[in-house]
Amino acid sequence: MWRAAIVQVITAGILAALSEPAVAASEPSGARQAQLLELLKHDCGSCHGLTMRGGLGPPLLPQALATIDDAVLIETILDGRPGTPMPPWRFQLDPADAAWLVKSLRAGVSP
Amino acid sequence: MTACQPFVRILILLAILTSVAWPGAADPLLRGTGDLGVIIERASGRIQIVETSQATKLTEVTGLGDLSHASVAFSRDGRFAYVFGRDGGLSKIDLLAGRLERRVVQAGNAIGGAISQDGRLIAVSNYEPGGVKVFDAISLELIADIPAMTDGVPSKVVGLVDIPDQGFAFALYDAGEIWLADVSDRSQPRVRRFAGIGRQPYDGFIVEQGRYYIAGLFGEDGLALLDLWRPDGGVKRILDGYGRGEEPLPVYKMPHLEGVAVAAGLVFLPAVGRHEVLVVDSRSWQEVGRIATAGQPVFAIARPDGRQVWVNFAHPDNATVQVIDVASLAVVHSFSPGKAVMHLEFTPKGEEVWISARDDDRVRVYATRTLRLLKELAAEKPSGIFFAARAHRIGY
Repeated sequence: MWRAAIVQVITAGILAALSEPAVAASEPSGARQAQLLELLKHDCGSCHGLTMRGGLGPPLLPQALATIDDAVLIETILDGRPGTPMPPWRFQLDPADAAWLVKSLRAGVSP
Repeated sequence: MTACQPFVRILILLAILTSVAWPGAADPLLRGTGDLGVIIERASGRIQIVETSQATKLTEVTGLGDLSHASVAFSRDGRFAYVFGRDGGLSKIDLLAGRLERRVVQAGNAIGGAISQDGRLIAVSNYEPGGVKVFDAISLELIADIPAMTDGVPSKVVGLVDIPDQGFAFALYDAGEIWLADVSDRSQPRVRRFAGIGRQPYDGFIVEQGRYYIAGLFGEDGLALLDLWRPDGGVKRILDGYGRGEEPLPVYKMPHLEGVAVAAGLVFLPAVGRHEVLVVDSRSWQEVGRIATAGQPVFAIARPDGRQVWVNFAHPDNATVQVIDVASLAVVHSFSPGKAVMHLEFTPKGEEVWISARDDDRVRVYATRTLRLLKELAAEKPSGIFFAARAHRIGY
């Protein structure tokens, strides 16, 4: 009995630790995350490919982004890249949204 | 009377026999393909085969890979659809049997394709590695490879179309060139290059049944025009500086130039980064007007008779479709066919238009005369809609 309860408490603790990284306070809500994922797949995907393997825009797979800092990626999403077709998304996305998108891309978005 | 009795008996017997032997329309081979079409379900690697006479789904074909930005060309007998997927997949679909006949993954990243004038060759344009590959239309065997290299640098290829006299035209996004490939000797394509056409051509299309090839430019205000009857005259710029120095709006979806509306001697062009359709005279190539629209146009497609031009828009205005009356050059109807309108395709003579609303998971069918909704079909994240009547059009 006791042992089971202790295991449960420890498991819950681990799960909580795993699901709450440092930026938890500013993470988009679950509903917002679902919207962002749709936007990523379909709107970003219209140039970068539905599976993020690239198109007119470059691939956004984890290995393609590995050498680029979060800050640069977040800025690119929010403000675009002048001289290229990459538009600014600041009118629809806030920095927390962009940070979550970068995190998702680094984790690899499933098609 | 008695003399005909055996004959009548035979007729009755024949009627019974044939009704058993031919279960009529249930045999999928006993029909034409002139009213068939394909709907791309982009997120599911699947297409639906539909027929437009009753507006119904016939069947679906799965396992076609990444179909974002997928497009379709049709064999000249109308039996096969060639589906060009984003992941470089080229799939040959038998529309009558409703199955995948053949499939090759021919590149890492592709953008579209076309079928040759004689129907024997399929060309696919690629982003990665950039270039055009040419395949046998029956076997999908590779016939020729045309790498889009300029000064040792590869270029993404856009705007690939078939042109008269067994050729293909396309544009090089990175290099800013238009290339014409003559494939009359199928294994030895001869390429003619036109350099310095402008920065970042993003798509191209054919006007006047193949007389002109036009590439839209992203990096500059204007379009590059090549007269295929007089290619020695070179590429000339049209609608130069149409933005009049104003900063273009950010572009959330590139305009698509396949199917650009040509009606009554006028060409209706989606402006890049502007809420406008530009109207150009196809004789003088001078601007004759611009029509303010609800957003940045993606497709501007003429009803086959040229009386109307239907326009959809980029994010965030992609729930709207507008109808331009060609006679008055005015928007005469605005409505919402659903969320995230991706594409529209007219029935061969234009009495109906099919519109895909991606985020509603619906394709909606409208009457173009009354603008009334006639029917809706369920489809998972539908994008492109392609009817087999394209088989006999140049530049598709």
